[in-house]
Amino acid sequence: MIGPFWITLSMGIMIGTLGVLYSKILKTNSSDYLPYLATGLFTWGLISNLINDGCRAFNSGGNLIKQLSAPLSIHIFRELWSNALIAAHNILVVFVVLLVFHVNPGWVFLLVIPGFFFILINGFWVGLLLGLISARFRDIPLIVASVVQVTFFLTPILWMPDMLPERHVFLDANPFYHFTEIVRGPMLGKVPTIENFIVVVIVTLVGWAVALLFYTAYRRRLAYWV
Amino acid sequence: MASIHLENVVVSFPIYDQSSRSLKNRLISASTGGRIRSESGSSKLTVVQALDGVTLSFEHGDRIGVVGHNGAGKTTLLRVLAGIYEPTAGKATIHGQAAPLFDVALGMDPDSTGYENIVIRGLFLGLSRRDIEARVEEIAAFTELGSFLDLPIRTYSAGMRMRLAFAVSTSIEPDILLLDEGIGAGDKAFIKKANERLRTFAGKAGIIVLASHSDGLVRKMCDKVVLMEHGKVLRQGSTDEILAARADH
Repeated sequence: MIGPFWITLSMGIMIGTLGVLYSKILKTNSSDYLPYLATGLFTWGLISNLINDGCRAFNSGGNLIKQLSAPLSIHIFRELWSNALIAAHNILVVFVVLLVFHVNPGWVFLLVIPGFFFILINGFWVGLLLGLISARFRDIPLIVASVVQVTFFLTPILWMPDMLPERHVFLDANPFYHFTEIVRGPMLGKVPTIENFIVVVIVTLVGWAVALLFYTAYRRRLAYWV
Repeated sequence: MASIHLENVVVSFPIYDQSSRSLKNRLISASTGGRIRSESGSSKLTVVQALDGVTLSFEHGDRIGVVGHNGAGKTTLLRVLAGIYEPTAGKATIHGQAAPLFDVALGMDPDSTGYENIVIRGLFLGLSRRDIEARVEEIAAFTELGSFLDLPIRTYSAGMRMRLAFAVSTSIEPDILLLDEGIGAGDKAFIKKANERLRTFAGKAGIIVLASHSDGLVRKMCDKVVLMEHGKVLRQGSTDEILAARADH
């Protein structure tokens, strides 16, 4: 009966339990904390899935790569699409939490769309680059997974930026903070800062440049690696 | 018009052992200099020459059989022709759309219905959605699977899956058809039907390259034969000539 909405349900349970527990630990008001946590976990879930699945994009399509000379980008598109669908299921939890706690982001909410767009565009180059390297070095997905795990705790998802005593390098130098903010911000009715967007655009441009360099150099070897 | 020209094509595979597939081991061995490397000679990269200076030329209308022992380079040659492996050295010029049919069931999804799989497999074969929709009924009729086509294919028997895969795979009209070991299909009644379809299917292709161990199949389908050994072309010529020469060995 529930089918694909198991994804939604497990996200909901996680946010519900974590939200209640952490609002007690951090001594914050749960009507502030839960919407913050729901939107943050939603955004982080998308980002971390794109990175982790990006590592496997080519490896899991190995069978196809060795038998079909289709453009390699279809493997990245497959991975992006499935993660976009998962996000579409998870966003229902965000809506429920916003409704329950009477958070009305207003028209600012529409800024979620460019935020999404930037995260997916970046997911694409991450998939190209990490997917390629992971095909050659099989321990990359494991290394990446542990780095992503650590980054989760360093990025303000469970905690709030203003819980830090002063404005900290953990925020400004952490690109994941800026990426999280361009989707979480608008969901809570807050317009992301120019600074957020500048960092995101720079990461996008540099990332694409590096990924394309790698891709042009090693694209031909991929069929031999997978 | 389809044509294939290979000039001195070399394909070499790096064989990575477990430690050279690991970035961590790579970094550690780099920082400790050559010491570890010299202790175990096995960390040197082994390279297999799967194709070694292959020069071949096929024109429209050619029906080529590729024969040779296991590991002679037949499948690698087909993959080069399909554009999957780009040669390490040499030049491969291929005109026309090549359709590799190495695994007829490639890309089928067990949880999708028969009809959905016709579309998925068709897209993988390079058909457009409209092309597939135009062919769906003909494909469905050929499989004789009837209402089973509305069920997910994980409920199918191996033979039923084969029928479906075969029907879709042979519904395309490629310029260059690449076959590995022919296409086997289902029960006796179906095999007869399949053979007929295979004949008209093959008739539509500009060039056929078939890699096979079966002399009978090669004789039936091919007018030229390329004999390979250790990644090199040993001989090529008419089917009778090469197969007879090989039988004398």
